[in-house]
Amino acid sequence: MNVAAQMEAGRRPLLEMRHISKTFGATRALQDVSLTVHAGELHALMGENGAGKSTLMKVLSGAYWPDPGGEILIDGTPVATGNPIKARAHGIAVIYQELSLAPNLTAAQNIFLGNEPRRFGFVDLDQCNRRAGEILARLGVSFSARSLVSNLSLGERQLVEIARALSVSARIIVMDEPTTSLTSRETDRLFDVIAALKSHGIAIIYISHRMEEVYQIADRVSVLRDSGYVGTLERSDLSASRLVSMMVGRDLSAFYKKDHRPPDSKRAIALSVRGMSDGHLVKNCSFDLHQGEVLALAGLVGSGRTELARLIFGADRHVAGTLELDGKPVSIRSPREALDAGIAYLTEDRKELGLFLDMLISDNVNMGVLARDARVGGLRDFAVANRRAAKAMSELSIRARSAQINAGSLSGGNQQKVLLARLLETEPRVVILDEPTRGVDVGAKSEIYRLIDSLAKKGMAILMISSELPEVVGIADRVLVMRDGAIAGEVVATPGNPLSQEAIIELATGAHQR
Amino acid sequence: MTERAIGMAGTTDQAAVSSRRWRTALAALGMLPVLVLLAAAFQFINPRFLTGTNLLIVTQQSSINIVLAAGMTFVILTGGIDLSVGSILAASAMMAVLVSLIPDWGMLGVPVAILVGLGFGIINGLLVAYIRLPPFIVTLGSLTAVRGVARLLGNDTTVFNSDLPFAFIGNGSLFGIPWLVIIALTVVVFSWVVLKRTVLGTWIYAVGGNAEAARLTGIKVPLVLVFVYGVSGLLAGLGGAMSAARLYAANGLQLGQAYELDAIAAVILGGTSFVGGIGSIWGTLIGGLIIAVLSNGLILAGVSDIWQYIIKGLVIIIAVALDRYRLQAGART
Repeated sequence: MNVAAQMEAGRRPLLEMRHISKTFGATRALQDVSLTVHAGELHALMGENGAGKSTLMKVLSGAYWPDPGGEILIDGTPVATGNPIKARAHGIAVIYQELSLAPNLTAAQNIFLGNEPRRFGFVDLDQCNRRAGEILARLGVSFSARSLVSNLSLGERQLVEIARALSVSARIIVMDEPTTSLTSRETDRLFDVIAALKSHGIAIIYISHRMEEVYQIADRVSVLRDSGYVGTLERSDLSASRLVSMMVGRDLSAFYKKDHRPPDSKRAIALSVRGMSDGHLVKNCSFDLHQGEVLALAGLVGSGRTELARLIFGADRHVAGTLELDGKPVSIRSPREALDAGIAYLTEDRKELGLFLDMLISDNVNMGVLARDARVGGLRDFAVANRRAAKAMSELSIRARSAQINAGSLSGGNQQKVLLARLLETEPRVVILDEPTRGVDVGAKSEIYRLIDSLAKKGMAILMISSELPEVVGIADRVLVMRDGAIAGEVVATPGNPLSQEAIIELATGAHQR
Repeated sequence: MTERAIGMAGTTDQAAVSSRRWRTALAALGMLPVLVLLAAAFQFINPRFLTGTNLLIVTQQSSINIVLAAGMTFVILTGGIDLSVGSILAASAMMAVLVSLIPDWGMLGVPVAILVGLGFGIINGLLVAYIRLPPFIVTLGSLTAVRGVARLLGNDTTVFNSDLPFAFIGNGSLFGIPWLVIIALTVVVFSWVVLKRTVLGTWIYAVGGNAEAARLTGIKVPLVLVFVYGVSGLLAGLGGAMSAARLYAANGLQLGQAYELDAIAAVILGGTSFVGGIGSIWGTLIGGLIIAVLSNGLILAGVSDIWQYIIKGLVIIIAVALDRYRLQAGART
């Protein structure tokens, strides 16, 4: 191929989506969105939850038909991606947030699932393993194609998904929030793989809420807002403030508070944890949490933050350790006892461990206080329940038609607010928030930050687990960092010196020891 | 395809609103249209079907199954299953008849039957809740073991009492309505109150919808589980008293065989989700009636016993398949 031809090929986009609209009944999910993606580029797609990113990708992958007038071109030729099989034949592969692997099969079997190499009508396992091994080797992975998926980490499973896309010669790979549950090491490896894919001319459409990540790897960024296309930024024009203003028309730093209030002797200790251990991961953790303080628990994924929180809340059993609440020793062996003592916990996994998706918003908000509100004979007091739900919806600005619809129909941010409302209804004195803004759009994030701040001002003691460093330094008064199940150290702000992200990373990775 | 159908329905806002309203109404009705359709078809085949006498027979025949199915609804709402209700019914019926033979204290047969059922149910519940065995395994075990107990109670014979003091339950009427029917309806109304109007009822839905979230919300999940298996056992005991009252006799070997299957079928026909968290007692009532109408209608239509089985089985599968389709269409909006 000569240089001119290469340039020609480079100029012609691999994928063009033109004037895509999509309506469901009276709802407009997409309005005249166009997107151009070149071969070998990483094109990030950003926007708040509900902005239309997923719908656009579902149109691309053939799960939805676009409305008349929209067209999809690959190599300049219009194609009909009307169904997922055709889309795959055109080289489009989608890796969804919820991985779709069969855990009881091997990596190789998953890679060729539904597309098995055959000999004499039987699955040719040898060929399957060999070809899977080749693809995995290209990705530079360390596990064997014969490993059971159930033995692989989340990051490794993601690589299996990518290998599956490569096995059908995908040219356009869509990744929907791929790093949400990855450790930072796994994230780095994923980025290496992405770089390798790009060098082979594969285009990647990358959906993410994480600003730093997009900043790090995107060649171009397109932003959607309210079902419409806002614009595309080249890498050279990228800046966090521009991206955020494109997404919401607001400035990120305005969400963070300016005044950190490190604990002083005047504020009483609300929760005192001593020597907490679970016998596996969490080792001898001790700390104090003051009234009116936002204490962040930082650390890498897998460092034991959630495990420690669950021990304090009584969700899991501790083998050693004591708790003092407002100076009095308490024994907590179940979530019920924790709630009765005034400790509440917001789970990091709201769909699996938090919400009752098939139940009403009202029931979800009231679930923790039903017994307290009950009338004679254990009958529900629906008047009180409706009042609580209405109050929660207005105070936390939960956007829903009414409290009498299912929680499952809400967007991520509103679901999170429903969970927060449930937690607050129990009138806790100590709240543990585990990744309170995970999978939540920017608008809801700012509201949650404001809520945390106002709760702390009222004197509530708040322990917040977060993997987003800007969030940690933005809203915490003080930071504890965990590493390998133990508390590695503390980071505090001093006058003139705000909380330092570098100090947190050093403690989290153990870099300060070298 | 459904996608496009919805798109067309929504060409104007008006159409979208009215189609949604129509679908919501249909969802609330559940399986009622199937029941009405079946009744109409049987009436067409044999005009004797929709007579007062026959309808009384249908409701009477369905009453014991509806009582069992009500208990089963509690259990399935938590994502569990109770296979032992037929055996518990047999053991309770045996106890009811045996106690009824005690001079002057015969009426005690009814409460004893209910308590026996409650006892077995609570044992099921304790095993599921605290030993954390799968409900299918636990109740499969008690299906067999309690059947043995039932046979043991009468030394493997049929026990009779031609002078049963509570025989009116099985054969009498109040203002022309059979006592069996009154009891079944009372159980349904009572179940509705518990499920929809009490704190415990909301907890039952919560445990079935998301057991781990329920625990983290401070709900005592084991207590809820013991309660639902206890209710199922208690109602199976009541069913035992009802069948003893009807037959003036009980037999540990034959009574209640495969009753659990009809009860489960009624619950599932009623639209209750097998994984828990979704469903209603009214659905179960309609499901139980559908099964009774099928049995009675097929007999009136002169269909042979063998074909009755085949048709009943197919109707259950088709009805639930239609239901799934309907719910999916509704969920798309």
